[in-house]
Amino acid sequence: MTIQDTSRIGSVDRDAARAAPALSVRPARKIRRLPVQKDWPLWAIVATQLGILFAVIALWQVAADRGWIDGFFWSKPSAIYATLITFFTDGDAFIDIGFTFRSTIIGFLIGTAAGSLLGLSFWWSRNYAAIAQPFVICFESLPKLALAPLVILVFGMGLASKVAIATALTLVVSTLTTYAGVRAVDPDQERLFYSLGASRLQVFRKLIVPFCLPWIISVLRVNIGLALTGAIVGEFIASQHGLGRQILYAGQTYDIALVWVAVLVLSTLAVVMYVTVSWIESLLRKGVKQ
Amino acid sequence: MAALGKLRLDDVSMSFKTTSGAFAALAPVTLAIPQGRFVSLIGPSGCGKSTLFNIIAGLLEPSGGRVMIDGADATGTIGRVGYMLQKDLLLPWRTVLDNVILGMEIQGMPLRAARARALPLLRRYGLGGFEHLYPSALSGGMRQRAALLRTLMFDTDVILLDEPFGALDAQTKLQMQEWLLQLWSDFGKTVIFVTHDVEEAIYLSDEINVMATRPGRIVETIPVPIARPRPRSATLAPDFIAIKEHCLELLTAGHAAAVGEAA
Repeated sequence: MTIQDTSRIGSVDRDAARAAPALSVRPARKIRRLPVQKDWPLWAIVATQLGILFAVIALWQVAADRGWIDGFFWSKPSAIYATLITFFTDGDAFIDIGFTFRSTIIGFLIGTAAGSLLGLSFWWSRNYAAIAQPFVICFESLPKLALAPLVILVFGMGLASKVAIATALTLVVSTLTTYAGVRAVDPDQERLFYSLGASRLQVFRKLIVPFCLPWIISVLRVNIGLALTGAIVGEFIASQHGLGRQILYAGQTYDIALVWVAVLVLSTLAVVMYVTVSWIESLLRKGVKQ
Repeated sequence: MAALGKLRLDDVSMSFKTTSGAFAALAPVTLAIPQGRFVSLIGPSGCGKSTLFNIIAGLLEPSGGRVMIDGADATGTIGRVGYMLQKDLLLPWRTVLDNVILGMEIQGMPLRAARARALPLLRRYGLGGFEHLYPSALSGGMRQRAALLRTLMFDTDVILLDEPFGALDAQTKLQMQEWLLQLWSDFGKTVIFVTHDVEEAIYLSDEINVMATRPGRIVETIPVPIARPRPRSATLAPDFIAIKEHCLELLTAGHAAAVGEAA
């Protein structure tokens, strides 16, 4: 084949290629506009939320009164309200709330602090981290609540066992998250510090700790919820006080209204603690940035 | 002393053990750099520039040879030279001012004194008004300025710059080159500069070391006898072009050899 031949074939191909799009039949397209969502004002959102809440409560009340659902097992809003009043006026409400609150907070503080320190400590030695890692992962995957009966036996029926369970739940989360922070430190950043003649302690204090602070802070909200769960489970198993014990006791005596009251109070406690921790978290974040 | 060189590399070599035997990252390299000299290293990636820098900075123990600073053995000791890596590595939780004083702080200077020393320099070298901002508020060029001032404020005679302007746009890069020359003539540091940009290397340097791969080595040391201060138009002069052609020739030859070897 001569050069001329190839060039001619090439040019024919090119002509065909140029003609092709014009010959192809393009299917008719549907004309569409970008979908736009209109945002409701805040008051409309809140009003709708309140409306739903009110409707559910009203429906519950009506359904129990008319016998559509069994009022004995489901209880009803009016009965719950009456129990709520007696719960706060002539019960040990504040002793129970205080007990649950204390075990949650103490467990949260111990678990978060110890977990963060443990996570940070893995930076110091790769060997130590490698040795400790399978144990930490084992402890993480272990359903720690399964150990609760054992914890009650060891730490007794009082506050200590609830604190221990709350600590166990929060410790692992803090450890693993902080360790993730430690591993996310840019090795070049460490090299920069060493090139400036830094000691290991200086790298730890001036780089590792400030770098990991956002990681440590990010688990606070998760941990407060976990600590509360730990405290409640501890109270379920064996306790003389606490909202968890109230719920268990009320359930066993078929006092369903009291179950709802205790759950309601517990939810309020959880929300208050969650909001407080979120607030502390935002303060800390601002502090870290400064 | 000056004749011995501020920084001297005596047969510095580096080999890594791999599954297929020892891999020579750096053939014995010998280099003597006098006080106050601006020296560039250019070469293809994998020619051992970064390995060489890490060895000089004491972050990597060489397989053989010695690093001499002021005639004394400095092999494997850290904190002897200023080292600026490709990335600016500014700490996001520190202000520009507190980032710049990091070296002095690590060396144990009280914070107040370190800040007092850094503040006028920040203002003089184009970071005035940015001192109390966080790095996230700065442009790429400004961040590199801060990183370079941090390296300078560490106050060592020798500074290593690893492609400091590699990530900047062409316009900013030109400004930064002028700025760097200004700093260099003000502080009289001995600079070793790694770049991929041949023109940048010639424009800035007194001397260029062209490197090649497998093993990483210096193939030729080319002096740049162009008078300073150099106007931008110097890059269009015949002597500049001649040096550039020579450098490019060496680089392509090295590349061709590497390709031939691989084939």
